[in-house]
Amino acid sequence: MKASVGGYARARDLAHAFDLLAAANGMGRVIAGGQSLVAALNLGLTAGDLLVDITGITDLRGVRVEGDHLLIGALTRHVDIGSDPLVAEHAPLLARAVPLIAHDAIRNRGTIGGSLAHADPAAEFPACILALGATLIVEGPAGRREVPAADFFVDVFETALDEGDILTGIAVPCIAADERHGIEEATRRAGDYAIVGLAGVRRAAGHRIVAFGAGPRPMLCGAAMAALDAGDLDAACAAIGGELDPPSDTQGSAAYRRHLAGVLLGRLAAQLGDPS
Amino acid sequence: MTIRFDDPNRPNSYIGRTVPRPNAGKLVAGQGRYVDDITLPRMVHVAFVRSPHAHARIVSIDVGDAQAAKGVVRIVDGTEMATICTPWEGKLAHLQGMKTPPQHALAVDRVRYLGEPVVAVVARTRAEAEDAADLVVVDYDPLPAVTDLMTALDADTPIIHEGYEDNLCFRRTNEAGDVDGTFAGAHKVVEGWFKSGRHTGVTLEPRAIVADWKAGEAELTAHVSNQAPHMLQVLLAKHLDLPESRVRVVCGDVGGSFGVKVHVYPDEVATAALSKMLGRPVKFTADRLESFLSDIHARDHEATGRIALDADGRILGFDVDDWAAIGPYSIYPRTSAVEGLQVTNLIGGPYAFDHYRVRSSTVFQNKGICAQYRAVGHPVAVAITEGLVDKAAHEMGIDPVEFRRRNVIRDDAYPVSTVAGLKLEGLSHEKSLDALVEAMDYDALRAEQAELRAKGIHRGIGIASFIELTNPSPFMYGIGGARISAQDGCTVRMDPDGSVVALTGVTEQGQGTEAIMAQIVAEAVGIRPHMVRVVTGDTRVTPFGGGTWASRGAGIGGEAALRAGRALRDQILEVAASMLQGKAAALDIRDGVIVDAETGEDRLPIEEVGRIVYFRGDTLPPDLPRELMQTRHYITSNYPYAFTNGVQASLVEVDPDTGFVKLLKHWCVEDCGRIINPQLVDEQIRGGIVQGIGGALFEEVCYDAEGQMLNGSMADYLVPMSGEMPDMVIRHIETPTEEGALGAKGAGEAGTAGAPAAIMNAINDAIRPLGGEVTAMPFTPERILRALGRIRD
Repeated sequence: MKASVGGYARARDLAHAFDLLAAANGMGRVIAGGQSLVAALNLGLTAGDLLVDITGITDLRGVRVEGDHLLIGALTRHVDIGSDPLVAEHAPLLARAVPLIAHDAIRNRGTIGGSLAHADPAAEFPACILALGATLIVEGPAGRREVPAADFFVDVFETALDEGDILTGIAVPCIAADERHGIEEATRRAGDYAIVGLAGVRRAAGHRIVAFGAGPRPMLCGAAMAALDAGDLDAACAAIGGELDPPSDTQGSAAYRRHLAGVLLGRLAAQLGDPS
Repeated sequence: MTIRFDDPNRPNSYIGRTVPRPNAGKLVAGQGRYVDDITLPRMVHVAFVRSPHAHARIVSIDVGDAQAAKGVVRIVDGTEMATICTPWEGKLAHLQGMKTPPQHALAVDRVRYLGEPVVAVVARTRAEAEDAADLVVVDYDPLPAVTDLMTALDADTPIIHEGYEDNLCFRRTNEAGDVDGTFAGAHKVVEGWFKSGRHTGVTLEPRAIVADWKAGEAELTAHVSNQAPHMLQVLLAKHLDLPESRVRVVCGDVGGSFGVKVHVYPDEVATAALSKMLGRPVKFTADRLESFLSDIHARDHEATGRIALDADGRILGFDVDDWAAIGPYSIYPRTSAVEGLQVTNLIGGPYAFDHYRVRSSTVFQNKGICAQYRAVGHPVAVAITEGLVDKAAHEMGIDPVEFRRRNVIRDDAYPVSTVAGLKLEGLSHEKSLDALVEAMDYDALRAEQAELRAKGIHRGIGIASFIELTNPSPFMYGIGGARISAQDGCTVRMDPDGSVVALTGVTEQGQGTEAIMAQIVAEAVGIRPHMVRVVTGDTRVTPFGGGTWASRGAGIGGEAALRAGRALRDQILEVAASMLQGKAAALDIRDGVIVDAETGEDRLPIEEVGRIVYFRGDTLPPDLPRELMQTRHYITSNYPYAFTNGVQASLVEVDPDTGFVKLLKHWCVEDCGRIINPQLVDEQIRGGIVQGIGGALFEEVCYDAEGQMLNGSMADYLVPMSGEMPDMVIRHIETPTEEGALGAKGAGEAGTAGAPAAIMNAINDAIRPLGGEVTAMPFTPERILRALGRIRD
């Protein structure tokens, strides 16, 4: 199928991007790495979009530490997240997620902002961001606002971004001395979207366990977290399936995904240093 | 004069060696020319409106808005198409009782599968054609879809074709001996149920055609991505009412085919018809979504079977009931009955036993059409056979290798006519098992398995012996009236400098046909392989042949090339003898030089013969033959098929918590007769194993009960990828066929034939102690866990 694109413009800066989106009469669509959007266009899942290319806005690229947060520009590519020493030091969960995301060619173009704004419920980064309790920085014609990850992911491919908004960066709390990160996922083939996956953070304040590929958006698993906080791994593994409402498709039934979540939680707990 | 293949020091010893592929450089340099690369003056593009229903009546078609869309050239529906293109029926006369209705290039009145082409929209660009196709309004009246294999013949199942009594396409029972009596009196009877998923070939290059009708010459040239150009030439001529001489089919570079591209497709025929209607070139390239819907599918079998044994663990007989689901039509012209037919012939293939009954029922479904795909029927038959054999070995308490040793047909027993009716010229099951055990270090692997089992690591070892049908004679298709050639030909021409152009009827899809043809011709003539230029795929210039399918390229096309090359050599030597005033028998050609056969002393450069023949023919005796261009055709005659054999083994590790299977290693020992190019044979085996692994673990076209496809994309239909593939060890036994001088049998499908069964047996070997068994492919993690009873719904 041939992609049907309404138009393409390359934004000079954020203000220009907002102007282009405003002029698009609701058909504007931000494109960065294009690793999901171009596939969607080629599959005819979306058509007529006026593409606003923000990859030239270099301010949105790169990683730096500000106070007790790691600031990641939305245009930072997966491959850069995977190799950045600041990410490795302050948010190792993101670095560990990178090898699980698709393949080299996709990681070389795909951006973290694109992944988060696209909000595929089976993608790794949205789950990691939620597990880390990060804050998403959104800018729009009305100004700049910060959205907690817990409020950002709304439904399948649906986020708190409004018409004309651009996700410009992510603020991740830097890892504490006693904090542990981990990620586990099950894929039939390396690089596939996970049948189900778990991103986990263990902090002094408690566990944050997020399931992906197991619902309409990355899901915080409260019951499993409480059981882990109570030191009862078996109860956590038994509970997690019950608090998920995963889809059934050709890769596996909901029942299989629930079972798998329990198995993966046991493996994740080992990564997090929880007693088994 | 024969070539002493057993002497590696013979002159011009290119057959049997790995030599570089002559076409690899071009492809690596990006200079391949695939159909979609072709752009012709005034060329337009077609997109098809395809049925969104599995089964529906077409009430009306409104093309008004589409006609007015930008760039539209012509819109054609099924009724109009039928005035220029006749329908076809995929039947073979020798398959008694087979039925299938006429199939049109575009649906008329009814659609019977999802994706069936209904309206053709031609426009200046493919994008414009697609946009206009979206504006065509087809009003459908949906009808109940038949989508379940095992209930297809039930009385309350709707009948897909009006006027038919049921949904049965073809049924055959192959029975010999006293099956009921044998099973009643057997020491032990072991039963099993087996399922093979519906696959599709997923060629890297999709199906594509550029049809170019030139009214001035009343001639159609079709550039097609296809593996049987002469077959397509004949059938396009027939259905467009043209003399065969006015249809030229050109198959340039083909990016994989695997059987997908050996059939007649409605959209491709429609494209040719549109070119004739419009008087200009028309291009159709299937996109990936169309490929999943409209390329042939395969397998989709379900079977119950049993094996009877005596007290010593010797096989007494097999009794199998196999069912196969195809689409609403049998494929043209090969039929969709052959996969089931093969199962009725191939069950128990490696073994000696006397009682046999295999029934296969091929039924219509409102799904994509199933047809010949790499290793037709073999993976199904091998999985049933080897699944039963492994289960029998286990229940008898006999090691699976030992069980096979006791039961395979002895290497010294050939020729053999089997109880299933197969004529086997010469196979090597015993030698193959010996080589496998040695290559695997089988006993050490078993010891390691037991050690790891104690530590909670569940590894499994699976063995699968198999036979494979290659080098088919006209008994496969020609006997049934299909105009599919089982013979093949090769023309070789020496140019003045002593280099040679070889034109062959077999084709290249990326597997290396051109390389082996160059090797064979080089050895036959006595020149170096790089001096041979091979031409394939153009019906205007190559000898009439069958193309490439059923692993026939090396065995049949290669034998023709050998004979043509020897004929050219003889002709060159006859001229040389005249020039040297000697005897041709005393001369030989080595490395492009005419030498004294006895001493090897140089006598004449071959280009001197070229110079004299082409430019100074006046100096030769007037009656001396001087045709430095020779053609030979070859057909097998003693055996309907050249069977090959082999044995595969798989080592897997199963994670009983997730159901995931890790492929640790794979072995294949196979016997394809004379090996022409060891590296290419190994690659064929490896590629075949990968496709077999796909069927065993990953691939399945899923439809819902309404006949909607659930996973028609590369994200959802899982093809095997390199990351999951195990290391493969390939070993060979060579039992050449004595039908021809070359002795080659086919090698292209052995990997696919045996791999699924080996993996199934390995998984079951791993999980049997945990109390589970899987026999429904693909073995998804979920199916494995369910077999272990570890999932609660």
